[in-house]
Amino acid sequence: MFKEMIGKRSEKVKNIVERGMVKKFAEAIGDPHPIFIDEAYGKQSRYGKNIAPPTFPRVFEYGEIEELQLPNKGLIHGEQIYHYKRPLFVGETIYCYTEVADYYEKTGKNGWMGFIILKLYGEDAEGENIFTEEQVVIITETVRKELVR
Amino acid sequence: MKQLAELRSGDVLDEKTLEPVTRLDLIKYAGASGDYNPIHTIDEEAKKLGLPGIIAHGMWTMGNLAKLFTPYLEEGFIQDYTIRFSGMVFLGDVLTLQAKLQEKDGEKMDFHVAAVNQSGTEVIKGNVVFQTYT
Repeated sequence: MFKEMIGKRSEKVKNIVERGMVKKFAEAIGDPHPIFIDEAYGKQSRYGKNIAPPTFPRVFEYGEIEELQLPNKGLIHGEQIYHYKRPLFVGETIYCYTEVADYYEKTGKNGWMGFIILKLYGEDAEGENIFTEEQVVIITETVRKELVR
Repeated sequence: MKQLAELRSGDVLDEKTLEPVTRLDLIKYAGASGDYNPIHTIDEEAKKLGLPGIIAHGMWTMGNLAKLFTPYLEEGFIQDYTIRFSGMVFLGDVLTLQAKLQEKDGEKMDFHVAAVNQSGTEVIKGNVVFQTYT
């Protein structure tokens, strides 16, 4: 039911790796290490600045894929993959967008399931890729019934 | 603290056992991440979907698991982080974070990682490829 969405992508959205958000995020995952939040520590580190935790891109806006209408409830996040060229630096600007990389359906012992593979990208101001993400989102039979109603 | 690069295949990082999961943990994560799916914070919404109560954000657990590597972030960085969300995490659950070095290939170290609950079930599992700086 989402096959025709494959290849659709969002417009790039400008995001800033904000110091306050990095601190709040690091605390929320119980990892308030000074490499993330202490400015003086960051300056003396090999990076010369603070970095963000690897799952921080959860905070970013990736833009909407207009045609993709997903319910905001009942979806299952099946898998999550991050690939980094380097860590994210606190204070830097990252341009993010997302695309539907694939869609397939399966019928197994748990009944019908749809799998949407979303790819998410983060680039610096020069258009250089810094990270790529892949999310496997599972649509269950119950959610499908809601969608077609 | 040992340098990560000194580890050999089969070696493990020190496990970390977290405090029992509280509602406030999940409210904080919702606020910090912007993921306000009510299944993670509001009991009635979780029950509507047939769950006994709210469940943790998978990304909260994945975020927590990465902290096994945080002390080594000047030695290298997490290049690939792959996770499968295989179980649900409920309030009061006690998670233990684990990482075991599978293979070392030059500057790349491939770890099997998992968060295991109090019953010994892996609730999330996957791999971390840690790239050390030369």
